[in-house]
Amino acid sequence: MPREGILVEKPYERMTREQVEQIHQASIEILSDPGLMSFNREAAEIFDGKGAEVTPVSPSDHPCWLVRIPEKVVIEALDSAPKTVKLGARNPENMLILDGEEPRVRFITGSETNIWLDVDFPTYVKKSDPATEIQVPEFHPRRGTVADLCKSAHVCEHLETVDGYIRTVNIQDRDITEENKDVNKYFASLNNNTKHFMSGLTSLKQLDNVVNMAKIIVGGEEELRENPIISFITCLVKSPLQFVEDTTDTFIEICRRGLPLVVSSSPQAGSTAPIKEAGIMAQINAEVLAGITLSQLVNKGTPVIYGSVPVRARMDTLGDSYGAVETSQYNVDCVQMARFYRIPNYSTAGVCDTKTPGQQASIERLFSDILVTLSGPQYLHCAYGLLDCNSVFCLLQAVLDDAHFQMIKFFLRPPRIDETEIAEVLKQIREVVTTPQKLYISYIRKVMRSGQLSPPYPFEGDGETDSVFKIAYDRMQELLEKPVEHIDKATTAKIFQEIPGLLPRLNVYEERR
Amino acid sequence: MGEDIIAAMKENVIQGRKTEEDEGIDEELTGPGVLELTKEALDKGISPQVIITEGLTAGMQVVGEKFSTKEYFIPDMLASAEAVGAAMDVLKPHLEASNVETKGKFAIATVQGDIHDIGKNIVSILLKGAGYEVHDLGIDVPTEKIVEFVREEKPQYLGLSALLTTTMVVMGNVIKALEESGLRDKVKVLIGGAAVSDEYASEIGADAYCVDGFDAVKVLDAYQ
Repeated sequence: MPREGILVEKPYERMTREQVEQIHQASIEILSDPGLMSFNREAAEIFDGKGAEVTPVSPSDHPCWLVRIPEKVVIEALDSAPKTVKLGARNPENMLILDGEEPRVRFITGSETNIWLDVDFPTYVKKSDPATEIQVPEFHPRRGTVADLCKSAHVCEHLETVDGYIRTVNIQDRDITEENKDVNKYFASLNNNTKHFMSGLTSLKQLDNVVNMAKIIVGGEEELRENPIISFITCLVKSPLQFVEDTTDTFIEICRRGLPLVVSSSPQAGSTAPIKEAGIMAQINAEVLAGITLSQLVNKGTPVIYGSVPVRARMDTLGDSYGAVETSQYNVDCVQMARFYRIPNYSTAGVCDTKTPGQQASIERLFSDILVTLSGPQYLHCAYGLLDCNSVFCLLQAVLDDAHFQMIKFFLRPPRIDETEIAEVLKQIREVVTTPQKLYISYIRKVMRSGQLSPPYPFEGDGETDSVFKIAYDRMQELLEKPVEHIDKATTAKIFQEIPGLLPRLNVYEERR
Repeated sequence: MGEDIIAAMKENVIQGRKTEEDEGIDEELTGPGVLELTKEALDKGISPQVIITEGLTAGMQVVGEKFSTKEYFIPDMLASAEAVGAAMDVLKPHLEASNVETKGKFAIATVQGDIHDIGKNIVSILLKGAGYEVHDLGIDVPTEKIVEFVREEKPQYLGLSALLTTTMVVMGNVIKALEESGLRDKVKVLIGGAAVSDEYASEIGADAYCVDGFDAVKVLDAYQ
């Protein structure tokens, strides 16, 4: 049985059907005029051979082609793109089946931050009353390491609501290079987490090593096709409307291997996309459609996911503002567009602007977590632990976010109202009004133990002091103490024998000797 | 045989089954509840003291432990207390006949002008379950009626409840009326309700403020 996530029975939509069609039509127009600039020769050639109008652009520092894609080519690609995408997992019970027509949400981590935020709790003594002490969290940023990635993958394995794992932190150890980064990030994640693993690829040269590693884990090529435990995020289109050279190469090669991948576009309203909602929507949709079209031209039937990471610009810095209300609006709109095409959506929520956990972080992330979840994306990423836009990951925050998603999932349970329920409560009401105390308390117990009542907030303290961080930190430590379901010894040995570049210290069996 | 009944009584207190019709936490547990078992125990000649100490109180002790470890919640506590309270009603004439005293007589009322009674009712259930003889005078009770009850029935404890800031002042009136009637030193006055506090209890001359029903049990037990 795959992971169920949570079905949004009545997904929240902002746009009318007419507005959806207007955005679609605008995107189709954009794809043919002005079209996209392709800095990737092969992509230009593929489009050229399949009915697009491709012309070299000169003069240019880099070889570049203008690609105008006619509507017919886009529509044919949308028709051939699978409406259901299977994302496998080391533990098959963690498999995800994403159905583009069903608004069933899976909650996924994300997304490759550079900074890892450590937490500790120094004790402060009140000057005017030295007997009074409090513990206040202190956050210490530092560069992420492969050990941090292992730790994060391990904790996310045990976070109840996390349905899939995107590496949360970029590994920047001294012995990590462009040549060995991919194999180490894939192995560190897969070896500490049995859920689906998705990541971007640093170097195309490492694609086969990563795919071979996955094949060894599942038992072969056919097994990997049946259970694709890995998938890829590719930002092949840089906004506005440019196929980049290297990622498009990677994208094409992944498509050729038939592995699932996300076409992700991340325009910023105000700088790399129009500030107006109609503008960023038309553009991001065009950019994603361009990627989807290329995927189907390379390899018809490639399992592709509509990836949207739109964001509004901050007016004070022109940096990203994930906390801006409009960012949630754009994401909700994108979910609606993907559903219009019946292609599974990779959406974004839970990222906040602030740099450390706290009140602003909670407000910003919960706001987008609730709204974007209600729109029903099949694959909601970035939702755990991310701070400072997309720069910082804090494991403590991920533990806090898990509680948010438990609440959201509970909220989305369908109402229990039917004839049996009505008959039962009418009986209760008639009984209780005749008693002297007129209390329904005696009826609570059965309901309370049936799982029908939402649990209390797990990080609530006993006294009047806010102990949320300390309790969540203790919970995080508990999770870190839990056993890790590593890849077995023989498979690990095979991986280390056949896949070059792995750091010996990641071999837990060798380390234990 | 007697031991079996007492053990079953203790278990049914823990499960919060007042009568055989009630569902406990363990759905497998059926048969007589605390009320039926109390009657059966008396019929078999088991002394009320044994029923109270080894059956009812022993069961409530386990319930209290489960509550403190968050295995049980207030609805569980109330169900058990209600079962014990019902048993105490059955035992009352037997206790009087054998000159065994209860933990004390407790009168409780929501003061005049206030009709809120959820808190008062919960306090009543918990105190009854804790072995007190509880007299619930009801809601919107005139001060004179409360004073009259204290004069006639001589409760050792009087609980006054009010939810509103507009009606909490009536609590002070009740205390003044008790003083004027020469009854103030005959009864401990406890107050409770959302609007009142420790400070307010001191201000109006009450003996204690109870934050909730559990606190009320603690405060009264401390007077024993």
